[in-house]
Amino acid sequence: MKLAAPLAACLIATPALADEIWVSNEKDNTLSVIDIETLEVVRTIPTGERPRGITFAQDYSVLYICASDSDAVQVMDPETGEILHDLPSGEDPEQFVLHPDNRRLYIANEDDAITTVVDTETRRVIAQIDVGIEPEGMAVSPDGRIVITTSETTNMAHWIDTESQTLMANTLVDSRPRHAEFIKDGTELWVSAEIGGTISVFDVATQAEIAKIDFEIPSINPDRVQPVGFEFTEGDSHAFVALGPSNHVAVVNAETYEVEEYILVGRRVWHMAFNADRSKLFTTNGVSGDVTMVDVASRKAEKTIKVGRFPWGAAFRPTD
Amino acid sequence: MHGILRGLVVAFGLFVSAAAAQTPVAVEVTYLRQVVPPPPTLSNLDPRPEDRGPAGAALGLSDNATTGRFLGQDWSLELVDVAPGADWAAAVADRLATDAFVLLDAPAEQILAAADAAQAAGSAALLINVSAEATDLRAGSCRANLLHTVPSLAMRADALAQMFVKKRWEEIALIAGQNTSDQAYAAALRASLAKFGLGLEAETDWTFDADMRRSAAAEVPLLTQPLGDYDVLLVADEVHDFGRYILYNTWAPRPVAGSEGLTAEGWAPVVEQWGAAQLQSRFQEASGRQMLPRDYAAWAAMRSLGEAVTRTGSADPATLRDYMLGPDFELAGFLGRPLTFRPWNGQLRQPIPIVHPRALVAQAPLEGFLHQVNELDTLGLDRGEAGCTAFE
Repeated sequence: MKLAAPLAACLIATPALADEIWVSNEKDNTLSVIDIETLEVVRTIPTGERPRGITFAQDYSVLYICASDSDAVQVMDPETGEILHDLPSGEDPEQFVLHPDNRRLYIANEDDAITTVVDTETRRVIAQIDVGIEPEGMAVSPDGRIVITTSETTNMAHWIDTESQTLMANTLVDSRPRHAEFIKDGTELWVSAEIGGTISVFDVATQAEIAKIDFEIPSINPDRVQPVGFEFTEGDSHAFVALGPSNHVAVVNAETYEVEEYILVGRRVWHMAFNADRSKLFTTNGVSGDVTMVDVASRKAEKTIKVGRFPWGAAFRPTD
Repeated sequence: MHGILRGLVVAFGLFVSAAAAQTPVAVEVTYLRQVVPPPPTLSNLDPRPEDRGPAGAALGLSDNATTGRFLGQDWSLELVDVAPGADWAAAVADRLATDAFVLLDAPAEQILAAADAAQAAGSAALLINVSAEATDLRAGSCRANLLHTVPSLAMRADALAQMFVKKRWEEIALIAGQNTSDQAYAAALRASLAKFGLGLEAETDWTFDADMRRSAAAEVPLLTQPLGDYDVLLVADEVHDFGRYILYNTWAPRPVAGSEGLTAEGWAPVVEQWGAAQLQSRFQEASGRQMLPRDYAAWAAMRSLGEAVTRTGSADPATLRDYMLGPDFELAGFLGRPLTFRPWNGQLRQPIPIVHPRALVAQAPLEGFLHQVNELDTLGLDRGEAGCTAFE
């Protein structure tokens, strides 16, 4: 018996645009935009020279890009990929952090031993703060009162009081600090030290070090295990830590400070970003020029996505 | 003062005020240099920067001072040049009387004399060799008060030998110059080839006195034809006299390595990975030229002192020496791995870049050269073979 195929069967839903991961390609002067559904690069957008740190405004209306060798922070319209304007950034901006006021951008000027504070609305420099040699890692407390700059050669976390724009404390960490994050409602600060091979955990109230996390991967020379970028799962229960040239990501229990697992990803894993519900993690792998998607629950690398040369930073962008 | 060219004394001391709450420490460092007239070379293409070495120390000073201003450290550095033929011993005695930290930039025998003079005078000074590559200074002639941030000839030669093993360039030929430093490097290369099981198939000396700028294309093929078949030609020409004329003029079309072509040194302007681009650009900005191996050794010496002062809060030479030789010391040296000191002879462990003038080719230790303790100890004298008793 022949059934007439009703037209209604051809119900074609307009697919919702999938969320995206944006990746800066340090040696291609581009951004790669990855569609989280298809796990493919859907757009490649030209930027200034040597793009490294990238971060979206809170409403995702603009993307800020550290174009290090152009000595500028570029402001991009993520819809069109157009550079709207540059912000005065100081020399060689490497990383930055957007203050919770969604207005002040704190920028690490790697070649100048300075942290520059820029008002993104007036596009003016508000302050420049002398910090240690090669400032890199940037973090801001959730209440916006403290900004951290880590300096790679001075081996310190510099604590900046955002009201007075002056240093309130300087704490030593191990060699070559790269990245910092506040967690647990701003009560704890984590700082990774690439050459030291550790993460130092500070109590924010007292600026005292309360724990130090070591990493050890069987069959990999300890010199190669170099923690760089890290991000926290929902509720700050676990950290995923990029371990650079060891090509692994560590999963650290943020309560016990113990490493629970090591996940093999691409070569020279550097920074990372989660998807919306933090069920998937996307790591930038500089040497292999790709991004690894890790499933957070199973702690397995699921997919490798080719991007540009030397992917460095990563940022999540929702599209609905 | 007798023997010291005071006119050349450049006080690039950078005093910073103690701002932090820590106990203030003052660290005064001397850069003591024996000025050596450059040997004659066929070509005068290469610039010879007068601040080769001191410029690296100056950058290290500025790095230390930046850190120091957060910790209440006062850093200063004074360059003392000893003119050719002037009294080195007097200059050494003068500095030992005042400063506890002396970077030594001089030929090996004078560095040894300085270390012995310090010991004889009961000085607690800590000396750091930033120039002399003689492997013996890390072996039988080692001294407890003398550390080395410049890699030994053995480390450089081992780096190349590892590269040859990796590339399966197993048959090697060698041309060595007449200069003492050429002969020393040739000896180190021979030893490394033997250590890594490579064959030195043929060897010849450079004895030409013709002007190679005009006749290299005629002479070098004849010189290298009798070397027969080989995979790579080593050139030991540390004064950079004739080596540059060997490339592309050999009888057999083979790569050239050693002092020219593919070289292995403690640092090179083409190192850009591991954040090195930052160090290169800071150096370029401060000195107006590229960073050379001796600059790096001097920078590493200053930074090693800086790390030790920062971590111990002390400026006592014995305390700093113990810390630097201990397990907690590590220096981020832009070479991809932490740099540490060998406790058995005071040599700074360091990866060795293998480069040609335009790019990094590899970095020793190469993958696959394993070691039971630290892969960096596959380069140069390992604990069991140094024969240095002064550190026991």
